[in-house]
Amino acid sequence: MSTCHTVQADAARPQVAERAVLVALAGQPNVGKSTLFNLLTGLNQHVGNWPGKTVERKEGLFTLNGATCRLVDLPGTYSLTANSAEEVIAREFIIRERPDVVIALVDAAILERSLYLVAELISLPAPVIVALNMMDVARQEGVQIEPEVLEAALGVPVVPMVATRREGVQKLLETVDRVIRGEFPYRPRPPQVRADHQEILEEIRGLIAGHVPEPYPCEWVALKLLEGDREITRMMQERLPPEQWEAVHQVLRAHDDALVAVASGRYEWIGRMVRAAVTRPRAGQIGLTERLDRWATHPFWGLVVLAGILGLVFWLTYAVGTPLQDLLDRYGISVLADLARRGLLGRAAWLADLVADGVIGGVGAMLTFLPILVIFFAVMGILEDVGYLARAAYVMDGFMHLMGLHGKSFLPLFLGFGCNVPAVLGTRVIESRRARLLTLLLAPLVPCTARMAVIAFLAPAFFGPAATLVSWGLILLALVVMALSGVLINRTLFRGQRAAFIMELPLYHLPNWRTIGLLVWQRSLAFVRKAGTLILAVSVGVWALSTFPGGGVEESFLAQLGRWLEPAGRLMGMDWRLVVALLTGFVAKENAIATLGVLFGMGGGEGLARVLASAYPASTALAFLVAEMLFIPCIATVGAIRQETGSWGWTLFDVGLLLVLSFLGGAGVYQLARLAGL
Amino acid sequence: MRTDPRRPAFTSRTAQPGVVPLSSLGPGEHGVVVRLDGGQGLLGRMTALGFTPGADVTIVQNFGRGPLIVRVRDARVALGRGEAGRVYVRRGSG
Repeated sequence: MSTCHTVQADAARPQVAERAVLVALAGQPNVGKSTLFNLLTGLNQHVGNWPGKTVERKEGLFTLNGATCRLVDLPGTYSLTANSAEEVIAREFIIRERPDVVIALVDAAILERSLYLVAELISLPAPVIVALNMMDVARQEGVQIEPEVLEAALGVPVVPMVATRREGVQKLLETVDRVIRGEFPYRPRPPQVRADHQEILEEIRGLIAGHVPEPYPCEWVALKLLEGDREITRMMQERLPPEQWEAVHQVLRAHDDALVAVASGRYEWIGRMVRAAVTRPRAGQIGLTERLDRWATHPFWGLVVLAGILGLVFWLTYAVGTPLQDLLDRYGISVLADLARRGLLGRAAWLADLVADGVIGGVGAMLTFLPILVIFFAVMGILEDVGYLARAAYVMDGFMHLMGLHGKSFLPLFLGFGCNVPAVLGTRVIESRRARLLTLLLAPLVPCTARMAVIAFLAPAFFGPAATLVSWGLILLALVVMALSGVLINRTLFRGQRAAFIMELPLYHLPNWRTIGLLVWQRSLAFVRKAGTLILAVSVGVWALSTFPGGGVEESFLAQLGRWLEPAGRLMGMDWRLVVALLTGFVAKENAIATLGVLFGMGGGEGLARVLASAYPASTALAFLVAEMLFIPCIATVGAIRQETGSWGWTLFDVGLLLVLSFLGGAGVYQLARLAGL
Repeated sequence: MRTDPRRPAFTSRTAQPGVVPLSSLGPGEHGVVVRLDGGQGLLGRMTALGFTPGADVTIVQNFGRGPLIVRVRDARVALGRGEAGRVYVRRGSG
């Protein structure tokens, strides 16, 4: 091995004895990785992002024989070939951080397919334990697996489990302990490249010898080159002298079928590994999943099911979320604001205003969104955990294609109804860069709960019994604008290219409440954190802008800005106050209400709605709602778009597009409404 | 390049009798993968999901338009029509 790498001492590698035991959790998507992770770490976990990436990184602690161990959840991937950021993260972590143990979670019911990742993991320089999850499902499907036989074949420990019922967890921990102590005779038998490609592999190895950077294993680098792996190809192209790279390139070009050959080789290896361990009297019975899918994935009934579920989600949001929101506002925030005013009696008037209106008003308005967000997070979590979201992507694929999108684009866009930020972050599930970019650009046009809250607040005041109709109309308008923008961008900028659609449809199963609960908790916490800093800052900022330089709101900096923009606002029937409200929505959509509250010198609640209804005609209200619906997204969403596109160009393009759309939409609707006599 | 309208357009590598695109199979039918077409990215994902030469694929759903659902290596996989057209299978299996 010493001749293989660029000259570098091994001393840089951390000593195993000095650090806490590091365990990595790997597995393909839908094998129950989150369930096992939560089971092992409980609430001892931290959610963040992988450095420089927008892929979620979960790390937690667990105890093993009294010692604290770190558990890192690697992204769920089907293989370790660089098709997306997830695969690169997973393998770089194992190669660079050298975990003491890698727990490879596999689905016993889809044994061969999920061992594909193991075939790749077992060739990396870290001991692997195969955790055979979902043994109960496999039994139901009539598949009998003998873990000991599989263990003997693989030469690595195999632990049968049912993570949802906590079965096998103790055994898994004991096995981790045994492997770390070196008590398990760890003799992995990794797959070999098929004979017909063995020579080529040797040739490549010879050509790259001495140029492979630490800590990459040479054999592995040669194999990845053969597979045409983008990242490794780029790395070696940089490292090798040009004429030597040319030689490697020649070999690779002559064998461009190697990718399929290597993959076939792995499946052949898997076939040999499981042959003795698995018996399956092919029952051929129709399972629950097949029966449900007759409806859920049907071209027509699938859409009906989807519409029903969407309807249920919204009904739940408004039937449960909105009353909770009102309660929180009436008995929480308002009471708190009153208390603050009373407590600050006798101090400077501006201080009481700052605390009551600026701080409590702003953060309070944000906090009252929590019930709705919790419901959305929970519903999305349930639908995903149960296995339905993949079906939704499947039935929506055709429609999404019209916009140049992918069936998978539906999931993130649908998430956008909760909040555009998770929608933008959720586009990570789309592998195709083009479809992903387009989804990102369109995501802000999905009406988020914050915008819906503005509508829910204003529509009843202006339109009374027709408020529901107006709300649905506004949602429809936003979605139509989104679809048209999608078609337009796809036809012009992307020239109608489409993304590949390949996606696993997992088995339906009962939701794991623990997993969903943790998910809701973590997302809500992240939201509140955001509210605590950004929203507070802006709330105080808007308050300051509207208070200084003195002489009342009418003379404030904010009013000056609004008046300066009023000529544009007039075309939409808006005065400076509505323009200002729209602008402050840049910070957070729901700020529009808070701003109007400040500008009209009163808090939220029905009082404000009544005042607004008497101050503006319905045509202006309608134009304002349309503009609000299509306006540039909040700063958090813009930040997320910048982060996910990695480009200010696309971010500014999107902001510009939305500005134009909202202005045209607002002005158009205002003029139409006036013609209609509103 | 299709020159003779009476003869189906085969490239030299597809000139095998009984080998058809996966998308042409009906529900319940199955075939064994013979060959895959596509770029590196698509092939990487297809093979990782179990589509390799020799794999048995059963059609679960195929309405003649829109994406298909197939069963490959015990997993259900949804596949765009275009992608399914790049998987060549030998119809039926023992």
